[in-house]
Amino acid sequence: MAVTLAPTRNGQRPSSPSRSRKLSPGRIVAWTYLAVVVVITLFPFYWILRTALSNNYLLASHPSSPLPVGFTWGAFERALGIASPAQAQAQGGSGASLDIPLYLRNSVIYATSQTVLIVLFSSAGAYAFSRLHWRGRNLVFNVLISALMVPGVFMLLPNFVLIKDLGLTDTFGGLILPGGLFQAFTLFFLRQFMLGLSSEIEEAAIIDGAGPVRIFFRIVLPMSSAPIATVSLLMFVNAWNDYFWPLLVTSSQNVQPLTLALGVFKQSSPTAAPDWAGLMAAALIAALPMLLLFLAFGKRIVNSIGFSGIK
Amino acid sequence: MVVTPQGNHMTPVKPPSGAAGAVATTATSPLTKKDGKLAKVRRGTPTRSAAARRRDLPVALLLIIPSVVGFLIFYAYPTFRGIYLSFTDFHVLSPPNWVGLANLREMIHDDVFWHSLWVTVYFVILSVVFGTLVSLVTAVVLHRVTRSSALRGVILLPFLISNVIAALVWQWMLDPQLGIIDMALQHLTGHSIDFFGSGNWAIPALAAISVWKWMGYYALLIFAGLQTIPPTIYEAGRVDGAGEWQMFRRLTVPLLRPILVMVVVLTVINSFQVFDIVQVTTKGGPANASNVLQMYIYNKAFSQFDFGYAATMSLALFALLIAVTFTQLRLARANESDLN
Repeated sequence: MAVTLAPTRNGQRPSSPSRSRKLSPGRIVAWTYLAVVVVITLFPFYWILRTALSNNYLLASHPSSPLPVGFTWGAFERALGIASPAQAQAQGGSGASLDIPLYLRNSVIYATSQTVLIVLFSSAGAYAFSRLHWRGRNLVFNVLISALMVPGVFMLLPNFVLIKDLGLTDTFGGLILPGGLFQAFTLFFLRQFMLGLSSEIEEAAIIDGAGPVRIFFRIVLPMSSAPIATVSLLMFVNAWNDYFWPLLVTSSQNVQPLTLALGVFKQSSPTAAPDWAGLMAAALIAALPMLLLFLAFGKRIVNSIGFSGIK
Repeated sequence: MVVTPQGNHMTPVKPPSGAAGAVATTATSPLTKKDGKLAKVRRGTPTRSAAARRRDLPVALLLIIPSVVGFLIFYAYPTFRGIYLSFTDFHVLSPPNWVGLANLREMIHDDVFWHSLWVTVYFVILSVVFGTLVSLVTAVVLHRVTRSSALRGVILLPFLISNVIAALVWQWMLDPQLGIIDMALQHLTGHSIDFFGSGNWAIPALAAISVWKWMGYYALLIFAGLQTIPPTIYEAGRVDGAGEWQMFRRLTVPLLRPILVMVVVLTVINSFQVFDIVQVTTKGGPANASNVLQMYIYNKAFSQFDFGYAATMSLALFALLIAVTFTQLRLARANESDLN
C-alpha cells in the first residue's frame, strides 16, 4: 500500500505541483480556506484557556467576552484541589474537592507502563519475526496480525469478564495488561521497519561470534530507535486519552486516570450552573502533557501519520 | 481489516513446507518488483547454515512469548468467548446459561436496538460525508499552496487530545445559555439552539465534534497520499490544457482512490464504535435520540447487567463492520491504484 512508504518520502519531493508563487485569486481563496480551518481548529483550545482563567460567577454576565472574565487562577486551584471549599464556592465551584494530582499520577503510571511494556514486547517480537529465521515464522506472524480484523469494541465485554475472573478489576494490572502485552499494530509497524534493515552489520557481528540476543540489544534495537520513538509516542497518546477501557475496569480514584476524573468533575458540579471554569482548567491540565509532547515531537508525529494509517 | 489487501506484501515468502524448505524458499522465492526491498535483506541470508537456524529457534520462541501470550489471552480467547456469551443468558455473578438463539430473537424484536442502529448509521453517514470531504479539500489545498509542516501540525492538534476533552469544550461552546457559539447564533438568527438537549440536533452536534477531532488526521493521511503522485502527471495535464478543477477531478481524485477508500473505511469503523463523546455529553439522550449502539450495549451490560444480550449486540456490530468494510473494499477496488 502506497501510504506505508509515504513518511520516507516526506520533504524529498523536488518540486510541488503549484503553478506559481504569484498571488492569484485561486491562492487567495486557498489561503482564506486554510485560515478558516486553522481558526476552527485552534479556537476551542483558546476558549479552554480563556474560560479556565475566568471567574465562574462572572462568566454568566459576560458570556461572549473574548478575554478571561475577572481574571483569576481560582479555577486551577479548584481543579487541583488546593482551594478551600469556601473559596471554591465563592467563585462558583461546587466545593467538592477532586484529587487531580492523584488522577494525574494514575494517568502517568497507566500510559507510561503500558507504553514501555508494549514497545519492549513488540520490538522483541518484531525482531524474532523479521531478523531470525525459524520454521513457521510467517504463519505465526499472520495469525497474530489477524487480531487487526477484530474491532476493539467487540473484545471489551469479554475482556472485562476475563479481568473480573482474574480478580484484577480496579487494579493497574487489569488496566495495563490487555494493551501492554500485545498489539497487532505495534508489532506490524516495527517488523516492517526491521525487515528493511541491512543485514551486513548483523553478519559482521555473527562472524565476531555474537548471538541473536546480543545482536538484538546491541545492533537491531539502536538501529530501530526512530520507529521505536514514533510508536512509543503514538502508544503514549493512545493510552493517555483512553476512556472506555478504564471506565469498565476501574472504579476507585486510586486507579482511575484523568479522562475519567473529568467526567466525575462534571457530575459533581451543580447541573443548573456548572463550574465551566473549573472544568476547563481540569481539561487543560489533562491535555497539557499532550500539548507539550506536540511541541517537542510535533514533526515526528506529523510524519508518522502516513504510516500509522494502516492502523 | 485494512491489512488484508496487503497480505501479499507482508508475506512474500511462503512458510517453509519441507525439511529442506527452510533454506530453499528464501533462495527461490519469486521476487516481484514490489518486494525489492525485502530481496535486498534476504540476499545475505541463504549463506547462513541450517545450524544457525536451529540456534535461532529457541531465542525466537523466547522473544515472542509475550506477544503470543497477550494474543491468546486478550484477543483470541475473548473473541471466542464473546461469540459464546452471545448465545447465553449471563449476568456476571452466576455462570452463563446456554439459551441458543433467544438473544438474537430478542434483538430482532427490540425496537430500541433498531432505533440505536439507525441513530448510529445517521452519525456514521454525517461523519463520513463531512469528514472525508473536509479532509480531502484541506489536504489538497495544503498540498497546493504550502510545504509548511507547522501548519500540518496545527491541524493535527485536535487528534492528540482525548475525546473527553473535545466533547467537554464543544459542549461548553454550544451551551444554550452561555456558550460562545450559541451567543453568536442568537446574535445572527435571534434564537438559540439547545444542541445536546434537542432530539434533532444531538447527532449532528456529535458528528461535528467527531469531524473536528479527526479531520486533521485524515487530511494528513490524504496529504501523504498526494505526495506519492508524481508532479509530472500534473505537468502533462497542464500541457494538455486542463484547468485546476479538471485536474482535481480527473487526476487527483482517481489517483488518490486507494487512500480515499482507506480513509472512508477507517471513518466508518471508528464512527460505528463511537462512545466517548456520547457518554460525556448526552449519555444517549434526550429520549434515546443519541443512543448509539455502543452506548446501548454499555447500558445493557453495566446498568442492567445483561451481558449475554450485550454480547449478542456486540457480535451483530462486529458482523456489520466486517460486511460494510468488505463491501466498501470490493466496490472501490481498493487494491488497485491507477498509478501503476
